[in-house]
Amino acid sequence: MSTATIVSLPDQSTARVPKMNFLTRENGLLSWLLTGDHKRIATLYLISITFFFFIGGALAGLIRLELLTPQSDLLAMDTYNKVFTMHGIIMIFFFLVPSVPATLGNFLIPMMVGAKDLALPKINLLSWYLYMIAGVMAIYTMIAGGVDTGWTFTTPLSTHYLNTHVISTGLAIFVAGFSSIFTGLNFIVTIHKMRCPGMTWFRLPLFVWSNYAASILMVLGTPVLAITLVLIVLERTVGIGVFDPAKGGDPLLFQHLFWFYSHPAVYIMILPGMGVISEVVSTFSRKRVFGYTAVAFSSVAIAVFGFFVWAHHMFIMGISNYAALVFSLLTMLVAVPSAIKIFNWAFTLYKGSITFETPMLYAFGFMGLFTIGGMTGVFLGATGTDIHLTETYFIVAHFHFVMVGGMLMAFLSGIHFWWPKWTGRMYPEKISQFAAVTTFIGFNLTFFPQFILGMLGMPRRYASYPPEFQVLNVFSTAGATVLGVGYLLPILYLTWSLKYGAVAGDNPWQATGLEWMTQSPPLTENFPQIPVMDHEAYDYEWLERQQQQEVASV
Amino acid sequence: MNYISPVLWQFLQHWMSNFPLFPPEASKIAPQMDALFFFMVLVSLVGLTIVILLVLSFSILYNKTRHPHATQIEGSTLLEATWTIIPLGLFLIMFVWGALLYFRVYTPPANAMNIYVVGKQWMWKVEHPGGQHEINELHVPEGVPVQLTLISQDVFHSFSIPAFRVKREAIPGRYTSVWFEATRPGTYHLFCTQYCGTNHSQMIGHVVVMTPDDYKKWLAGSTSGNSLAQNGERLFASLSCNACHNNTPDARGPNLANVYGSSITLSSGERVRVDDAFLRSAILDPSENVKQGFVPIMPTYQGQISEEGVISLVEYIKHLDSNYRIQQTLNTTQLLPSSEGQPAPSGNAAASGEVKQ
Repeated sequence: MSTATIVSLPDQSTARVPKMNFLTRENGLLSWLLTGDHKRIATLYLISITFFFFIGGALAGLIRLELLTPQSDLLAMDTYNKVFTMHGIIMIFFFLVPSVPATLGNFLIPMMVGAKDLALPKINLLSWYLYMIAGVMAIYTMIAGGVDTGWTFTTPLSTHYLNTHVISTGLAIFVAGFSSIFTGLNFIVTIHKMRCPGMTWFRLPLFVWSNYAASILMVLGTPVLAITLVLIVLERTVGIGVFDPAKGGDPLLFQHLFWFYSHPAVYIMILPGMGVISEVVSTFSRKRVFGYTAVAFSSVAIAVFGFFVWAHHMFIMGISNYAALVFSLLTMLVAVPSAIKIFNWAFTLYKGSITFETPMLYAFGFMGLFTIGGMTGVFLGATGTDIHLTETYFIVAHFHFVMVGGMLMAFLSGIHFWWPKWTGRMYPEKISQFAAVTTFIGFNLTFFPQFILGMLGMPRRYASYPPEFQVLNVFSTAGATVLGVGYLLPILYLTWSLKYGAVAGDNPWQATGLEWMTQSPPLTENFPQIPVMDHEAYDYEWLERQQQQEVASV
Repeated sequence: MNYISPVLWQFLQHWMSNFPLFPPEASKIAPQMDALFFFMVLVSLVGLTIVILLVLSFSILYNKTRHPHATQIEGSTLLEATWTIIPLGLFLIMFVWGALLYFRVYTPPANAMNIYVVGKQWMWKVEHPGGQHEINELHVPEGVPVQLTLISQDVFHSFSIPAFRVKREAIPGRYTSVWFEATRPGTYHLFCTQYCGTNHSQMIGHVVVMTPDDYKKWLAGSTSGNSLAQNGERLFASLSCNACHNNTPDARGPNLANVYGSSITLSSGERVRVDDAFLRSAILDPSENVKQGFVPIMPTYQGQISEEGVISLVEYIKHLDSNYRIQQTLNTTQLLPSSEGQPAPSGNAAASGEVKQ
């Protein structure tokens, strides 16, 4: 691996993190709890989602430990069901959905468009409070005895056949949904109305485009989930019978409503991650993203098509064969924009000047794992093979490749990439490269065997399984421990870097986004004066000219 | 390997070299499904290799030491069109191929032997037309198309036989169906794959594929005495269905003989085909399914008959080709003195003279 680097740090003997920045502007708990500053709210989000990630991760660890042996021995079956339900709910609604948008998006979008803050700062704070209320409700549910519906809340199981805390969980997700609606709304308004002079739509960084697409999905999709959960709660409390066949209701209707949100939700989760990858790949190859327009529009295409593929979760549930046909075709169409993005990123490297800092390593990891995750999605989108592969570990492996291999890699890539901007200090490079490689190896060892298990027919959500599946499960559990190390390391060294990291300066990566044109950490107002966008996005030649001028003028 | 204990080594070697990587192919559809699967694996591998090769070779050719200055390139419509159209074409091939298989799996042939499966927390109850009952087991003959008609009496379940590559959800309130033709005698896994509550992972069993001869022996050895249709006939009488559905001139309900498979017009004007699903909803939700020309007086049997009972009735009506026995039963019941429990001998002269087909 080349040792060349693009990092250019200020002279460490004289450099200081600026005294006046958004972190030091005010002190005290209240200054954080009542803040309107998007960067502070993003910081609150970062701490809270990390907390939930480790709860969800611990639950994942329990699942893998239980599956080490074919019998249900470590956990009782009931407990196992509660553990995987909570793992799913926490990871999806409290980590993946808010991960990139609410942290990196919140932190970056105003700076990227050259604004002082999001359009609606108080709504932004409200959305964090809603998230926390929802989180407390979810934790209450867990302490009070848990819930075992699975994160999919399948009726009539969730409405008539379980005695666990379905209502408090449903309401928690209902509240969390509003948090994500508000975040999406805020982004849409900001991107439309708060762009600085010269910032046209096609000068926006691709990160903004992909978050814009995800915001549309949040605003249009989440209300459907909210209604569905309210119907579940009403069904349980007063028995309105919308989903109850005994009262003339239809349990399949629940599936339609639930997946109408939950399929677009996977794009809510992955699109912002794709935005991170665009920024990182461009910066570390010193090149404009190959086919900027195609990548931007493919995000929008994913958002639009994403709304019309929900029934591909129901191919074996007795929807009509012709409905299955239509939804399968649309699913194939939505796979194309993802393929376009992968190739565009790969060709961004072409004739670039590439370096391999940690964010880039995570981005490479993303490209490999997301390709596998996307391709196996086609296995499930084709109606015939879906019959055999759905509801098995194949589907578990597929969405973990997309969500963990894709989204989590992108999230970590982004956290490392913007860490110097956020804190003013660099993370330690060597150990973080080691963590990135560990994560990649651990991930593959954990989830690749699950594709084979799925092909063999091992059903998902099984606390015990036939003994011939054990060897592959042991591989998977072994991988999970490696993966766990890979996720713990960043927590440790990033915390360390808060005090001991090298001072980063304004633009350690020589990147072109507006967020790099201000001090790190930024001022509360982001920029000393509202910037003017006088160049295209990812214009590295402009940046070089700019730097030469500075040198000349000094 | 003398630094590992030989016993442990032998154990590891045995264990690590004895696990399946591919499920058995035991049905007619399995090799067809696997062909598509391997085609997809191939395309994925080629796609992944291309991506890895691109990233690797560009990383080597254009890393900063070797290529210190990037050349700015806007994009290339031709290249972008290539990687839009080729994946699209491949995905469309997979779509068509997959859809062909899907229609095959979910369109049972007319000559398929029908077996009913009722899912409940947490077991599979199998009802053979000959009256054989099984729990968590399914015996089927080799080389005969078998259609499963599935229903759940509580929550969603999913009937999955990985060795056959077929799976179908059992849903409360409606019949679903799937079919297969087993090709290799043996015992295979049967799983419930839709999460259904506490003991979901215990809702498993075996599918036993037998040679036709063994199957005949098994059928003869496991019969409970009455066929499904015979059970249905008894229910038909004990629920007094025959009081109206008897095809006498003043019958208040429509004639049921030979109704299965025909098309009828409902009072709403809608034309429907009489199949298992229609019969089921006509029994449980009669007011929504009144035949044209009849008065909606039939009470609902929702909650009064188990799913197995409905299956027996459906199986009975399916094979009903004359009203003779219905009228016989009816007349003997009417002739019975109310104090007497014993049915009168069938073929009562007075009654049979009056009733004609």
